[in-house]
Amino acid sequence: MEFLLQPLTLLTFFPLVGVLVLLFMKSEAKTAIRWVAMVTTLITFGISLWVLAQFKASNPDLQLEAKYPWINVAGWNIYYYLAVDGLSILLVLLTAFLTPISILSTWTAVEDRVKDFMIFFLLLEVGMMGVFLAQDLFMFYIFWEFTLVPMYFLIGLWGGPRRIYAAVKFFLYTMAGSILMLVAILFLGVKTGTFNVPDMLAALPGLYSSGMINPQTQMLLFVAFAAAFAIKVPMWPLHSWLPDAHVEAPTAGSVILAGVLLKMGTYGFLRFNIQLFPNATIEAAPWIALLATIGIIYGAAVSYAQSDVKKLVAYSSVSHLGFVMLGMFALNAEGVSGAILQMINHGLSTGALFLLIGMVYEQTHTREIKVYGGLWKVMPIFGTVMLISSLSSMGLPGLNGFVGEFTILLGAFGSKAIGSPWYAGISAIGVIMAAVYILYMFQKMFLGPAGEITKHHELKDLNWREILTVAPLLIFMFWIGLYPAPFFNLIAPAVEKLLSALPL
Amino acid sequence: MTQTDFYANFYSIIPLTVLVAWASILLLVDLFIPKGRKGITAFLAALGLAATLSFIIWQTLVGVERTGFNGMVTLDGFSLFVNALVIISGLLGIALAYGYLKRMKLERGEYYVLMLFSITGMMLMAQASDLIIVFLALELLSIPLYVLAAFARPNLQSEEAGVKYFLLGAFATGFIVYGTALIFGATGTTSLSGIFFAASHETPSLLLTIGAALLLVGFGFKVAAVPFHMWTPDVYQGSPTAVTAFMSSGAKIAGFAALLRVFATAFPALSADLTGVLWVLAALTMVVGNLTAISQTNIKRLLAYSSIAHAGYILMAFVPYGNKEVLPISIAAGLFYLVSYVVTNFGTWGVVIALEKAEGKGLEIADYAGLAKKCPALAAAMTVFMLSFIGFPPTLGMVGKFYLFRAVIAGGYPGLAIIGVVTSLVSAYYYLRIVVNMYMREGDPTIEREMWLDFTTMSTAIATVVLSFVPQWLFLLASTAVLRLF
Repeated sequence: MEFLLQPLTLLTFFPLVGVLVLLFMKSEAKTAIRWVAMVTTLITFGISLWVLAQFKASNPDLQLEAKYPWINVAGWNIYYYLAVDGLSILLVLLTAFLTPISILSTWTAVEDRVKDFMIFFLLLEVGMMGVFLAQDLFMFYIFWEFTLVPMYFLIGLWGGPRRIYAAVKFFLYTMAGSILMLVAILFLGVKTGTFNVPDMLAALPGLYSSGMINPQTQMLLFVAFAAAFAIKVPMWPLHSWLPDAHVEAPTAGSVILAGVLLKMGTYGFLRFNIQLFPNATIEAAPWIALLATIGIIYGAAVSYAQSDVKKLVAYSSVSHLGFVMLGMFALNAEGVSGAILQMINHGLSTGALFLLIGMVYEQTHTREIKVYGGLWKVMPIFGTVMLISSLSSMGLPGLNGFVGEFTILLGAFGSKAIGSPWYAGISAIGVIMAAVYILYMFQKMFLGPAGEITKHHELKDLNWREILTVAPLLIFMFWIGLYPAPFFNLIAPAVEKLLSALPL
Repeated sequence: MTQTDFYANFYSIIPLTVLVAWASILLLVDLFIPKGRKGITAFLAALGLAATLSFIIWQTLVGVERTGFNGMVTLDGFSLFVNALVIISGLLGIALAYGYLKRMKLERGEYYVLMLFSITGMMLMAQASDLIIVFLALELLSIPLYVLAAFARPNLQSEEAGVKYFLLGAFATGFIVYGTALIFGATGTTSLSGIFFAASHETPSLLLTIGAALLLVGFGFKVAAVPFHMWTPDVYQGSPTAVTAFMSSGAKIAGFAALLRVFATAFPALSADLTGVLWVLAALTMVVGNLTAISQTNIKRLLAYSSIAHAGYILMAFVPYGNKEVLPISIAAGLFYLVSYVVTNFGTWGVVIALEKAEGKGLEIADYAGLAKKCPALAAAMTVFMLSFIGFPPTLGMVGKFYLFRAVIAGGYPGLAIIGVVTSLVSAYYYLRIVVNMYMREGDPTIEREMWLDFTTMSTAIATVVLSFVPQWLFLLASTAVLRLF
């Protein structure tokens, strides 16, 4: 019983209760099914707040540990080990926060096989929580791979016209990265005799200094982990699965994909690459910064060229996540905390954009920018919300995006690890480019003369449910934009501890 | 022979004796079972297997290791584990066959008797510690399988499968006999321990190496390793599906058991020469099996290539066989993977049988379109099996691969592990195609429901998922299934 009542165990596996209930429901009872999913995820969100209440921000270590021997026979040291610290607490909250919002957004958008949809969605939540909480590499790998399965079905079953292609590409592309990580995990497991991350961290310095794992091997291990995470982020040039997956995924899938799944990649760098391979991290930092910078500029430029608004937002993710990577590998307090905050910001603003695009798509069934125009006149609430989200995404001061990007650039400018202020300088151009493509999109869709769709369609403005869906996101955009201190306070001690372990 | 000697010898082959006796009696009893009620034979055969299994469990609990008949057979943790697995495959094989034979109008009592004889051969194979016994066991397991492959006579495909399997199988047996002869020439003995001593005292002669290589060819054929795999797709496709299910599990288990015992016991001295060969064999098998599977459109052929690929994964466990420290881990990993393969394999063939119709219809991958709407439980089970074959959580196949790759890395072959994971990625492509068809394409498949078939698919699906969360006891069993070297 004690095992089940651990706050983190509850947080991770509570959605399974919903899955169980759903399994016994008739698939015709669509509204009831939606409510079950909604209530389940809301309770999960409640549990995440309970976890936050017990979380001690001043403590830089892993907290609320649920640790039990799992597979402890025949030389295996595998633990059931969940814990949270400053690096993951915000992402855990974000996951718990975005899932009910996504489910609310499907209320009228998903009519086909609602039961299966909700089951996959709840399973996805279990996987995502597990990824952020697992502190044993075996367990982490299981959760990491497992998230692919429900997402694959979400894209493949409820996606757009090219959904099968997108789903398979998503699955294979992501798996391609993680299999290399699997080999690296096993290698580490064999060398250190454990899969539990804290024990591994204790054993590794000895192996490094004694030459049991030489610098080249350390670099190879770093690259193997990085391959898995860089594909997930996605970093340029490994991003090509992202636009396909995003465009074909149903709205709620896109929200979770952009909001949480991509963060699994950046989180992986933070939790595993930087901690497990300190020397290789420092050696690789300038290269990662280079790729991040290319990604920032490339993503922004390609966004501008899109005619499909969903694709535009998808490519903007490549650019935004580039900022996260740049800040993280600045390897100083500003950069890393900015990166963590920016992960949250991106989840909020891009999540909101995908939700909003989904709402108008539900009415018009097209995402071509050029057929819209003059939307603001017809849908004033929608226009206002869209404007705020767009401004948040492009980093206007006073909104959340600014705080994150500013801190990241501050960190990257002064970074010893990156070694040159040029990366930050060039990346700053990316901020301007973001303003260009976002405002261009906004202008074409919302201002100017009424477009084809606006003229010929009876467009309804957002209803109460839709407002309720995006309102929580807007609140946090303002909150983080105006008063980010509480968020930074949660992150800071853990970041400090992370950096102090690096031989910089 | 004294009384105690007799008991000691007999003790080492009790389960085997029970099964042989039962099969012989059943052959007679079957004559009195009226046509159309052959379910009784199936039940009796299963009962015999269960009785044998209980003897195996008893012996495991007693935990006595010994050799019998002047070192010709060995009873050890390894053989008990393998034999238990063989018998479980037998039980699952009967469960799949019962309804299938009825539906395909093949219901004849010999089927089950032949299966029992073949299982006896497999069990003897795992216990054999003399090359002569290996040969005997190989014939005992193969000949009933040749007959079973052609069981659907006068169906041409099935007859072709039987003849092909027989001809190529006989050819492979020839390799084993010739290899045995050369080894006898080099060492003057056919007993595995004798060969070990002869080989370790002097530098191994060329004759011995060639003999060992010939044995490898023969076993490679039995387990369908590349380049000795050519027969597999045709035989798997032509044989009645229930036979294929049994053949692809049982024959593989036995082949690997013998390969492992012979090489680890007799040829550690040759490991410098043979490890490289095994490495190449494993890598080739994984690569060719998986790549060829991509272009298949018939589910039976696809699964045939996938079974070849899985033979490659299991072969990986053999590569570090000469390394005394890693050997226990790699044996345990190999056995664990065999378990996960067998469970998944039977489940998959169960689904194939559920969709198969007379005259080989319903066997194209395209026939699986729309299965998820028609029968969600069956589609979900198939998805579980496919994920397990890929090595994806939360399934047994994932844990199995994790174990296997760990053993290979511990043995110092990270390159092979990388080939293993990359080919797993390739395999994801064709396994997912089945999932895509079941869930994402429209179609109207007809499904045969039958109690034992449902039982097999559902129980293996549940086992595949549940065991992946609690693999401890299976780990423990596999790692205590040590090979008694002498």
